[in-house]
Amino acid sequence: MSKQIKAVSLISGGLDSMLATKAIMEQGVHVEGINFFTGFCVEGHTHAIRKKDKQKPKRNNSLWVAETLGIKLHIIDIIEEYKDVLINPKHGYGANMNPCLDCKVFMVKKARQWMEENDFDFIITGEVIGQRPMSQRRDTMPVIAAESGADDRLVRPLCAQMLPATLPEREGWISRDELFDFTGRGRKPQMALADKYGLKDYSQPAGGCCFLTDESYSKKLVDLWQARGTKDYELDDVMLLKVGRHIRPKSNFKVIVAREDGEARFLQGYKKNYINMNCASHRGPLALVDGDASAEDLHVAAQIVARYGQGRDAEQVEVLVRDLAGNESTLQVKPFAKDEMPKEWFV
Amino acid sequence: MSQYDLDARRLLCPLPVIRTQDKIKQLQQGDVLRVTCTDPGVLQDIPAWCRINGHKVLETKSAEYEYIIILEVGE
Repeated sequence: MSKQIKAVSLISGGLDSMLATKAIMEQGVHVEGINFFTGFCVEGHTHAIRKKDKQKPKRNNSLWVAETLGIKLHIIDIIEEYKDVLINPKHGYGANMNPCLDCKVFMVKKARQWMEENDFDFIITGEVIGQRPMSQRRDTMPVIAAESGADDRLVRPLCAQMLPATLPEREGWISRDELFDFTGRGRKPQMALADKYGLKDYSQPAGGCCFLTDESYSKKLVDLWQARGTKDYELDDVMLLKVGRHIRPKSNFKVIVAREDGEARFLQGYKKNYINMNCASHRGPLALVDGDASAEDLHVAAQIVARYGQGRDAEQVEVLVRDLAGNESTLQVKPFAKDEMPKEWFV
Repeated sequence: MSQYDLDARRLLCPLPVIRTQDKIKQLQQGDVLRVTCTDPGVLQDIPAWCRINGHKVLETKSAEYEYIIILEVGE
């Protein structure tokens, strides 16, 4: 009896990796999925913090893909290891703070390690030549294969016919004829293949699956590094960058103001880690103060918080301030008028 | 059979799933795990992860912005 060939597939939750996985499963290969969590992954749940997005499905797309295909999915926390990829990318950043090529190399390398530890035979990705400007180009495909150490055990089923034959093809584990020759940014071939496989309701995020490709998010990350004087971060930092208005009146502190109830509930979880405040005399948002704020700074922060409450037009409002020990005090402040908050404060 | 608790509050997707996955690796078949979360998405994700990996969801509860999933470890 011949050995069952096994492949591990990088599942992002999008259509391409789903199709690539299905294409190999169709050839009788046993496939299991692997999904990496960097801390910067765009997920329905992150958006779902905000009330306005409550109608969006809250599913995790990688789990949905795995369940739809009927394969196991291994979700790997790479938050700590990923810091070096983001802070010191050998191949640099894309249009924003996205180190896409280093990221892909890193993930394929982790998949190779997983493949070796679990006695699997090759790796699948949903890459398509020309699909992404930084990581999915004809000239970067061999870089990823070489630097990850996956070499010719890395199969890209959607564009395999445009690339040299890999080990699984040469060994006859899979047929090259049943792979594809997709190139470019168009989505029609993928949609046609999805239709052929009977796949519906798949995810096609317009901005990719990573917050680091987002201009606004990247600006907040750079601001964080500049304010701290070091390119380092913790998970809480990157989570908080996804939530609220970030307003930095001075380099030593910023104020994170909840935009609505969902964000306020999320920020509640950080009350023990940050000085926080909300308007006591009027309805208003919860805000966290990040940094080393003086008494004078807290007064400014309170004026900002008051600006976003129902007392914004009052002569004076009372703001409740809680320090890190949970001690409460109050500040009487005049809310900032709109034109008293310079544009540069808004990160 | 033993009972265990996992606090996954304040964590956003997919961390509650990852913490559940890591905890279950330490448990035996038939053990019961109670996972407490604040991300409502876990009501979909942890059951989906359980279905994929052969574990059984015994009960899900929602109360005051907390979501509790009780599951039995499979093979």
